Amino acid sequence: MAARRPYVRPMAGWWRRNPFYIFYMLRESTAVFVALYALQLLYGLYMLSIGEAAFDTWLASLQHPLYLVFHTVALAAALLHAFTWFNVAPKAMPVLYLGTRRVADRTIVWVQFLFFFVISAAMIGLALGG
Amino acid sequence: MTQQEINIEVLRYNPEKDSEPSYETFQVPFSHETSVLQGLQFIKDQLDGSLTFRWSCRMEICGSCGMMINGVPHLTCSAFLRDYYPGKLRIEPLSHLPIERDLAVDQTDFLQKLESIQPYIIPKETRSLEDGPFKQTPAQRERFYQFSECINCLLCYAACPQYGLDSGFLGPAAMALLHRYNSDSRDAGQAERMPIVNAQEGVWGCTLVGYCSEVCPKGVDPASAVNRNKVSSTLDYFFRFMAPRGASE
Repeated sequence: MAARRPYVRPMAGWWRRNPFYIFYMLRESTAVFVALYALQLLYGLYMLSIGEAAFDTWLASLQHPLYLVFHTVALAAALLHAFTWFNVAPKAMPVLYLGTRRVADRTIVWVQFLFFFVISAAMIGLALGG
Repeated sequence: MTQQEINIEVLRYNPEKDSEPSYETFQVPFSHETSVLQGLQFIKDQLDGSLTFRWSCRMEICGSCGMMINGVPHLTCSAFLRDYYPGKLRIEPLSHLPIERDLAVDQTDFLQKLESIQPYIIPKETRSLEDGPFKQTPAQRERFYQFSECINCLLCYAACPQYGLDSGFLGPAAMALLHRYNSDSRDAGQAERMPIVNAQEGVWGCTLVGYCSEVCPKGVDPASAVNRNKVSSTLDYFFRFMAPRGASE
């Protein structure tokens, strides 16, 4: 057995080796945009605590083209994050049974999307109507 | 009938001579039915007898012939040369595992992990022959059945970058089999297996890349086994926090 010399291959650049890994990294990187958006929202809340004038200045600053670009990218990232999460949710939760029948993974994904669209529509309606 | 030929590029590594692996290309004749494994066997029989690789059943049962074909983990017995023609094939040993020689990897680490999860039923009660067999309903059986289909082929380890980055991670198949026994109504080993699940290198080493479940040739879903156990690990932590062991006894 003296001749044994197992060769361990390097992992550098592993995520570029397979389209599946590239999409995984894209999925995980959406967290960065969601975090930046949350920080920005917290800053808005802080401005609100100072007073109406400060809050209005913050609101006006959001009209800057760079902010609009950031919000578009952050929205796309949040949607990708949500959709990919909905799709893997059946893997992450305990097996659901209705009576003796197992609830299909497809149904779990579908119900989440249904709630997502209904709640989103209600929120948009509330925002635009109010 | 004229036979077509395809180029197969194989990663070679001879631990007695080579400092690192390198590719060697062979031209292999094939017909509609020729599997990638048969292509490798042609090389070994006709072109270079020193080519080293594992195989046994040729029918997706034994789990010996897993390799990377053009960067994707496959059982070579159920992949066919015709599907790669007119391109070429690049065959490498399973990723993330140390290369022993040519296409054969070192499986020791997985086998130790498999042993550590106690992959057998730890009975709830000792039964004598007179007591008869343990009984199980079809619904109880369904809870673990897909996980029992694992053939230990290691394709999921080759698909898991977390295992490649840290081989301390228990990995997909071992966790799927752990879940198979934990989910069995006849088994009472959950508490014994829980420290393995809870460890940093247990379920928490997984970031749900999910490729393990994509490449499994037997339709096992290791990603779900790992991630369902994140729930049980969290609950276990919570309940131990609420009622530390020994406090209620």
